[in-house]
This record gives sequence, structure tokens and C-alpha cells, in this order.
Amino acid sequence: MSIGETIRNSQIWRSIFRHPAPTDRRNRAVVVLTNFFLHLHPVSAQKGGIALSYTWCMGGVTFFLFLVEALTGVLLMFYYRPTLEWAFTDIRALRDVTTLGIMREIHRWGAHAMVITVWLHMYRVFLTGSYKPPREFNWVIGVLLLVLTLLLSFTGYLLPWDQLAIWAITVGSNMARAHPVLGHEGPGFQLLNIGGYDLITNASDARFLLLGARNVGEETLNRFYILHCVAIPVVVSLLIAIHFWRVRKDGGISQPL
Amino acid sequence: MLLFLANIGWTMRSYKRDGYYESVLGFQHIPKATVWAFYAAFLMLLAVTHLTSRSAPEEFLLRLPEWFKLSVDVIFRDARIYFGLSVAAFVGMIVWREFLTRDTVGWILFNVGCLFLGLSMTDYDFRQIVGKPDNVPIVGMLFIGGYFTWLYFKKAVDNDRRVAEGRPLAEQELKEQVLVWPDLVYTEMLCMILLTALLIVWGVFLQAPLEEPGQAVKTPNPSKAPWYFLGLQEMLVYFDPWLAGVVLPLVIVQGLMAIPYIDFNKKGNGYYSFADRKFSVIIFLFGFIPLWVGMIVLGTFIRGPNWNMFGLYEFWDVHKLEVLNNRNLSEIIWVVNLEQPLPKPDPASGLISQCLAIFMREGVGILMVIGYFMALPNLMALTFLRKFYVRMGVIRYMVLANLLLFMALLPIKMVLRWAFNLKYIVAIPEWFFNI
Ligand code: HEM
Repeated sequence: MSIGETIRNSQIWRSIFRHPAPTDRRNRAVVVLTNFFLHLHPVSAQKGGIALSYTWCMGGVTFFLFLVEALTGVLLMFYYRPTLEWAFTDIRALRDVTTLGIMREIHRWGAHAMVITVWLHMYRVFLTGSYKPPREFNWVIGVLLLVLTLLLSFTGYLLPWDQLAIWAITVGSNMARAHPVLGHEGPGFQLLNIGGYDLITNASDARFLLLGARNVGEETLNRFYILHCVAIPVVVSLLIAIHFWRVRKDGGISQPL
Repeated sequence: MLLFLANIGWTMRSYKRDGYYESVLGFQHIPKATVWAFYAAFLMLLAVTHLTSRSAPEEFLLRLPEWFKLSVDVIFRDARIYFGLSVAAFVGMIVWREFLTRDTVGWILFNVGCLFLGLSMTDYDFRQIVGKPDNVPIVGMLFIGGYFTWLYFKKAVDNDRRVAEGRPLAEQELKEQVLVWPDLVYTEMLCMILLTALLIVWGVFLQAPLEEPGQAVKTPNPSKAPWYFLGLQEMLVYFDPWLAGVVLPLVIVQGLMAIPYIDFNKKGNGYYSFADRKFSVIIFLFGFIPLWVGMIVLGTFIRGPNWNMFGLYEFWDVHKLEVLNNRNLSEIIWVVNLEQPLPKPDPASGLISQCLAIFMREGVGILMVIGYFMALPNLMALTFLRKFYVRMGVIRYMVLANLLLFMALLPIKMVLRWAFNLKYIVAIPEWFFNI
């Protein structure tokens, strides 16, 4: 018996993988069915549907990038403190001192790439008409994922707390000030008042809700940090799970009838 | 600076490499191959010279001639020409899709793109902006997005031809069921490895940007939103924040979600095609390419200090002045045409008389906007969208019509701005309500 076979036949190995190596047809089906990660897939699929030139693999790439972001993000969280005092210095230290500081580069470029791939994924889903019945609802979930991906990127942009960050967020969040009715410079904000006192001021409008303050400041940093590291990723994970579930339940990747 | 040099050298080299493959590819058509071979040899020579003499990018042998730069600048400096040309290119892309998706033509397009980028990199001002670390992904996106658009048209043209000739679709020829292990799992594995490698290389060679610590008192000029929101920021030029920043983005998101429910065309599900679903593809591509990606490019590469427009090779001069004398529709009507002062609401008077005064002033604009959103859909239903109306029913038709009108709002406002210096169609600053 070779070493490889010895390992394969050991109790430990067989307790992890409950099937022989996927070398014949039966075991290739079993591996997909019994492995937690692989069971996202169907056992078999139409050749045209999984062709790279058909799906561009963009959904899969987006998902993979999301995983990369989660992993590098957790590593970054070990080094980063979301306070005015430390945020910037911690990021600089990642560049200058920390051994695996390249995590920040990978996290940032991965984020850019994810925005691009999610667009391209939508692009291909549209161009193949894959949103048509019965996949309408999965498209809607997809749009939510798209918006959340952009918001993830946006909230993360603030965290380095450099000039680029705070001004981009200032420009972006100034819009909320003009929210109709709910922003203190939006049309109709006077509608919400009690006895002549405006309820919507610069300390109670939609922008304040977003920033936690009148301007981009420490409270904003905290809010964006929680949104970026906890709130949005949790929602995105849930939606991705539903998204994948629906891809399977709606009959797999779309194909001509 | 050294890093820049390396970057330039790299760009230069990469397109030279491409040039090399070309001659191989070109041998399929032998008469053309000679041309390719010469071209490739020329590029190789250039590459060698550049690599041996590591001089500053400004001194490269092959640079863009000044007249070329100037004319490109003229195009990009002016929103009218920029938008006009991008729409023209869009129409051209659709009309000439069969020609453009030939392999050789695609290859030439790709080469022109690389040459343009590589040569432009020899220009200092271009490098300052396109070479910014955060802008690199956008350049990448243009190439990747361009490629996929090309691929789509190629496959669609092919399928359309098959349908016309009564042959089965390309996708139908691959109906065979295959096992996911190994056919799909291996592809995924490969994608993951390649991506990891790409990210690591990218991370090693390009440092993530970190500017000075943030200071609330020092506003950079220009202040830009993150690049993927620059399309929205660009709309701020034409609309007030409540529209550009709140209402229109919400409409975009809702519009996207509505697509499956308003596209009643049953054909074109699960395969690439153009002929089977012209209307929806054209509308979607128009929204995605000129309006979304186009505006991002504009916002990233062309908008400079004070949100002025600058040519690609132009220095971002903070002192560049642009005369702005935009007027509201009410001013055009009252002051210019009727030669009277604008009616002013009297703050001391009651709410009703204030409203009346405002309506006097803005009535025409208000009626125009109401007409646009209320009357126009009905008109369209009676005329050229009649078929849609009949097949979709009232509600779906109205959703579609309103989404189309919202989408048209931006180009319409642009044209009005350029033609009449129009600032607002309805301007009620008293209520922060300007359209
Ligand atoms: C975080 C974001 C997303 C992830 C991770 C994701 C992932 C995936 C994956 C892995 C597939 C399988 C087929 C493929 O790879 O193309 C898929 C299919 C699909 N996605 Fe997404 N997606 C995302 C966002 C979106 C968006 C933005 C849309 C549309 C607006 C969308 C709509 C769909 C639809 C309709 C399908 C079924 C397509 C078919 O059956 O051909 N998804 N998605």
C-alpha cells in the first residue's frame, strides 16, 4: 500500500470524507452530494449552462471575492481601531510596519474588483435574458445584493480616515441632507413640524441618522465601522444564501427552452 | 517616480507582447499576416529601445503628436461633444455590430485601445490622473467591460444568424448533461487560483492609497465621491441633490428591480440574442454604457478642480474659469420674453397667496413637468408604444413609461442646459424644490 492509500484508508480521513476518491461516475456524483461546500452545486448540469463563455463565471467570481474580503477584512480588524486617534495611524502602520500589511491592498483592490464583477454579472444575466420567468425574484435579490455591495464599499471607504476618505464620504452623504421631507435642505422638510417648530433640522434629519453627527466625525466612523464589518456583511451573506438557493430552485442556470 | 517608470515600462511592454502574438494569429490569413508582422516587429523594436534606455516617459521615442492630444482634449473638455460622441459610438456599435464582432476587427480595436493607453501614459498630465491607484480598476473595467460587450454582440450576432437560418442556437448544441465534478468544479478552482494570484500581484505592485490624515477644515478641490458613485455626482451638475442624490438613485434601483416584471417578451430567455429582444437590450445598454459607465469615466478622468471639465492631456488648473450664466425657465419667460420682473411671493402674506405668486412665476415649468409625467405616457400609448400598452395592461405600461421618462430626464436636461443655458425648469428655492 502506498502512503497515499494508507492515508485514504485511515479512520481519520474517512471520517472527514465519507466517500472514496471521485474517480468514477458514481463517486463523482457522491462527492458533490455529501460535501458541504460542493453541495451548493447540482450533481450534473447542462454543458451550455456552465460554459465559461456563457456565464463568464462572474457570479462565482463575485462570491469568491466576497469570501476574500471577509477573510482579509477579519485580519485587518485585528489591527485597526475605529477611533479618530488611531484609525489613520493604524492604517499607516499596516503599510509601514505590519508584516502582512499587504492584506490592506488585497482588501481594497478586491473591493474594487467586486464592484466591477457584480456589475458584469448583472450585465450577463441581463444579456442572456436570465431574469425572465421563473427567475424574476432572484433578479430582485440580485439588485439588493448590488446595492449592498456598493454600500459595503462606500462604508469601507471612510475607515482609513485620510483626506480621500472623509471627503468622499462627505460628498456622498451630503445628498442625504436633501432628502425630500426627511432632509433639512430637502423639499418639503417644513411639512414635519409641531406648532411651527421644524422637526427636521440638521441634528435630526436623514443625514444625521447616517453620520451620527452634523458632520463626518468620530460618531460617523463608529457607525460606518459597524455597518461595514457587521451589519451589511451579515445581510449580504443571508441574501447570497437565498440567491444561491433560488438559482437551484428556479431550475439551475438558465438555458434556452 | 521609479514606480511610475516601472509602470510605464510595463504598460509599454504588455502591448508589445500583444503585438507579438498578433503575427501568429495573423498567419491564418496569409496576405494580412505581413502587415501584422511588420507592425509586431515595429512594436518589438520600440520595446527593446525603451527597455534598454530607461529614460523618463516624456522622452520615449513614440509619443502622441501634439495635434492629436489637442484634438482629444477638445472632445473631452466639452460635455456636449463628449456625450454626443459617446451616443454616436453607441449607435454605431449597434448598427455595425456584425462588422465589429469579427475576430480581426475586435483584435484591432483591442490594440488601438492598448496603444492609446500606452502612448497616453507618456503624457504627464494623463499619468497624474489615470495612474492614481484608485483609478487603475476603472481602466481595467473599461477593457474588461469592453471585451464582454464585444463578446455579447459576437454571440448574439451568431445566434441571430442561426435563428434566421433555422438552425439551433449555439447554446442548444450544448444540451448534454455533464457531471459537475469535474466539469464545473475544476473551472471554479482555476478561476479562484487565478484570481488569488491576480490580487496578490496587484497588491504587491500597487500600493493602496493613503493621503494625509483627514482634516475637516481642508477641503480638497475637487472633492469626489468614490468612483462607482461618480455617475450620481455627475448628475448633480444638472439636478439638485434631492433629485440627483435621492430620487433618481431610488428610481434606478426600483427600475432595475422592475425589469423582470415589465419585460413581457418571452423570447430571449437563456441565450444570447439581439434580434429577439432589441428594445430591452438597447434601453438597458444605453443606460449602462453611455449613461452609467460614461458618466463614471467623465467624473473620474475629466472633472477637475471646481468641477470644471479638463481634456485628458490638460493640466488641472485650479484657476481655470468657466463662465456660468445659467438661467431658470421662469427668468427666461418673465425677464427675457415678457420684460417684467419676476413675481415675488410676499413672505408676510398668507400661505395661499404665496403659493399663487409662486405658481404665477413657475406655472409654465410646473405644467411642463406635470405634462411630461402625466400626459406623455398616455400620448405614447396612443402612438408609437401602442403595442406595448395593449400587451402590458395599464399598470405595467405606466411603470415602464415612467421609468423610461425618468431615464430620459438626464439627457433632456443636458440638452436644455447646452441649448438654452437652462438652470431649472421649476425653481422654487423657497421650498428647496428645483427641477
Ligand atoms: C454579491 C453579489 C452576487 C453574487 C455573489 C451572485 C452570485 C451568483 C452566482 C454564483 C450565480 C450562478 C450563475 C453565475 O455564476 O452566473 C448567480 C446567478 C444569478 N444571479 Fe447573481 N450574484 C450576485 C449579484 C447579482 C445581481 C446584482 C443580479 C442582478 C441584478 C443577480 C442576478 C442573478 C440571476 C437572475 C441569476 C440566475 C441566472 C441564471 O440562472 O442564468 N445576481 N448569481
